Amino acid sequence: MKNNNFEPKLLGIFCNWCTYLAADLAGVSRMDYPANLRIVRTMCSGRIDPQFILWAFRNGADGVLIGGCHPGDCHYIEGNYKTLRRYKLLKRVLKEMGINDKRLRLEWISASEGEKLQRVVKEFVEEIKNLGPISNDEAFKKLLTSTKGG
Amino acid sequence: MKSVKHNGEIRIGVYICHCGTNIAGKVKIEEVVKYAQNLPNVIVARDYKYMCSDPGQDLIKKDIKELKLNRIVVASCSPHLHEHTFRKAAEEAGLNPFYFQMANIREHVSWVTKDSKEATEKAKAMVKAAVYRVVFHEALEKKKEKINPDVLIIGGGIAGITAALTIADAGKKVYLVEREPSIGGHMAKFDKTFPTLDCASCILTPKMTAVKDHPNITLLTYSEVENVDGYVGNFKVKIRKKPRYVDIEKCVGCYECIKNCVYKEGKFPNEFDEGLSKRKPIYIPFPQAVPLAAIIDPATCIQFLSGKCKKACQEACERGAIDFNMREEIIEVEVGAIIVATGFKIFDPSQIPQYGYGRYPNVYTSLEVERLVNSSGPTGGEIILRDGRTPKSVGIVHCVGSRDKNYNIWCSRVCCMYSLKLAHLIKERTGAEVYNFYIDMRTPGKGYEEFYLKLMEEGVHFIRGKVAEVTDWAITPEEEGKLIIRVEDTLIGVVRRIPVDMVILSVGLTPQPDADEVRRLLNISCSKEGWFLERHPKLAPVSTFTDGVFIAGACQGPKDIPDTVAQAEAAAAEALALIDKSEITLEPNTAFIDEEKCSGCHVCIALCPYSAISFNEEKKIAHINEALCKGCGVCVAACPSKAAQQRLFLDEQIYAEIEGALV
Repeated sequence: MKNNNFEPKLLGIFCNWCTYLAADLAGVSRMDYPANLRIVRTMCSGRIDPQFILWAFRNGADGVLIGGCHPGDCHYIEGNYKTLRRYKLLKRVLKEMGINDKRLRLEWISASEGEKLQRVVKEFVEEIKNLGPISNDEAFKKLLTSTKGG
Repeated sequence: MKSVKHNGEIRIGVYICHCGTNIAGKVKIEEVVKYAQNLPNVIVARDYKYMCSDPGQDLIKKDIKELKLNRIVVASCSPHLHEHTFRKAAEEAGLNPFYFQMANIREHVSWVTKDSKEATEKAKAMVKAAVYRVVFHEALEKKKEKINPDVLIIGGGIAGITAALTIADAGKKVYLVEREPSIGGHMAKFDKTFPTLDCASCILTPKMTAVKDHPNITLLTYSEVENVDGYVGNFKVKIRKKPRYVDIEKCVGCYECIKNCVYKEGKFPNEFDEGLSKRKPIYIPFPQAVPLAAIIDPATCIQFLSGKCKKACQEACERGAIDFNMREEIIEVEVGAIIVATGFKIFDPSQIPQYGYGRYPNVYTSLEVERLVNSSGPTGGEIILRDGRTPKSVGIVHCVGSRDKNYNIWCSRVCCMYSLKLAHLIKERTGAEVYNFYIDMRTPGKGYEEFYLKLMEEGVHFIRGKVAEVTDWAITPEEEGKLIIRVEDTLIGVVRRIPVDMVILSVGLTPQPDADEVRRLLNISCSKEGWFLERHPKLAPVSTFTDGVFIAGACQGPKDIPDTVAQAEAAAAEALALIDKSEITLEPNTAFIDEEKCSGCHVCIALCPYSAISFNEEKKIAHINEALCKGCGVCVAACPSKAAQQRLFLDEQIYAEIEGALV
């Protein structure tokens, strides 16, 4: 259900050492990208509780982008591997809940990859624009009425 | 909003920074202020030109006191830049510094958003996220740790040497690790330095000796850093000492072993001479090497290859320094700060086949020519071609591998100047015609432009144009037996063919091929190109994002000797400023267990990368050792009963921030 006037709300949860710095670099290098993305910082992507993502959808996010360090580069040795595991499981859960799992995206973006950040945000905004608002997804209402747990 | 308990009334002050026009030029500040004023719990919202300035900070401090604010939000730049500034301001006004949250509306909003209206809306959302979050902040205590005053320096070139001497002179202990058998780095290979034409080894050798003799410096040559553990103030480092099969304590560098080696002549390419001379399996890298001790290369020594050498070297050594049974050794040191000075590699010009390097014997790299003109080099300083002829004409090709998107996009900063230097030395010693082929002359150092003008007066030819090809395909009799440089002279607009006897490729500087491994070892970042990334290009040029790790010299980017030395001294000063504090405050973002909630399921224990979590058998619950916890929060995200939490990143705080950012 494509809607060209639809401006999706996107949440980015970025790790302090790689992707948050990439976003800073994109800023310093004046690389413009759509304003749809709002960024929240955690020390490691491994801190991201899958429930944060459900909470974001519950609060109207049309897409969530997780940003972490490349495999092998985690500031905390291996936090990003745990992120990857949780991400894959959550993708399955989302599908079962009736939420399109494309609304969740994980990207490894290092501190020097301002350009990659810019590209990913542009791509993701386009992709979510094509998907339409999360209220299109059948399970969204169910999610809205459920408690967020925890 | 998720409800949790917090004590008493929440009184938030919101401060929105213009950052001159950096933010105010895009974000409609007035609108954001008005918006912030109406957010829940906000008592006051103000804006100011430069929030980080003294008047800006005073504004906040005054409000904390007069309006009894107990939460502060500053919307300005990245917390990586000024979080510390504002926390300190809050603290000075009597508020616990952790009742503070920063909204990044510069790097993440004004600088990356084209449309002013969209930027303003996004800035509002970021401010709201911070206001929602700060409600759940709590007073935290900063942890203090003792700092180990010793410093590790990786790399023994001029950067590492300078940093080591500076720190050692300040009375601190230094471990200097160099992977080659001698310190000195690239500078030891040069003959003269530009623009003063100082003799490189005359200024370097005393420093190298000073390193060896300094009571505060432990010099570990032919050694590599194997592993780095710990954190700022308390690093634990494993260093691998490779066996050199010669005891450096006993060896006096008398050359007897080398003279008596079963090989009568050198047979293997001498690394120090860029392969222009040959060495034996046992050798001393160069006459001024520090430590001045021989080394055996097991890859070429008969004893190591077949076990059947008569070991004449061992017999010749009166002091019994040679030991074929020497083994690799791992030593462990503890330091408070680390300086990385691993330097650069030169660009390999065989990647550009049209320049003929490796194909035509008379095409040299600039570093090879540095050895040729060096009086302690393979020809004793005589500039002769491989066939023994003295060149009558020489072409120097600038920007080889630099400023070229097919190879390296960056300017290597030193090639123009060293090309001029080589041009001068060649002209002086051979009287040859010297042609410089340049794209731009870049001579922005003290006395550099003057040196360039001097070279022009000396009659060196300058041709502006990127060389297309070096070929031996002669089309006129005078080109026979010569190398022909084909170039478009862009000043007169014609394509020229210049026949020369010798071609020098002024190669650019590239990152060390193993920079990525070093980066991982130390948990620092590299730029896209592979140079180590500084914390801030202007204001923190020798710091990295990992506290306690500093960078100096060409490992950060191409640099000449004066800049390298200046930066090495800066890195030393930063390291000294750190270790002299003797105590360091750490971020309190560690995890903890709510004993009431823990069910003792063990999930967190296996996840912790630092083995900081153990199981308390008596209470049947998990326990986090906060001295070991580094604050990643992996355990917190995994805890099924929410018993594990992380200070500064509590669940409530993150939920509130997400809600604020979206709603």
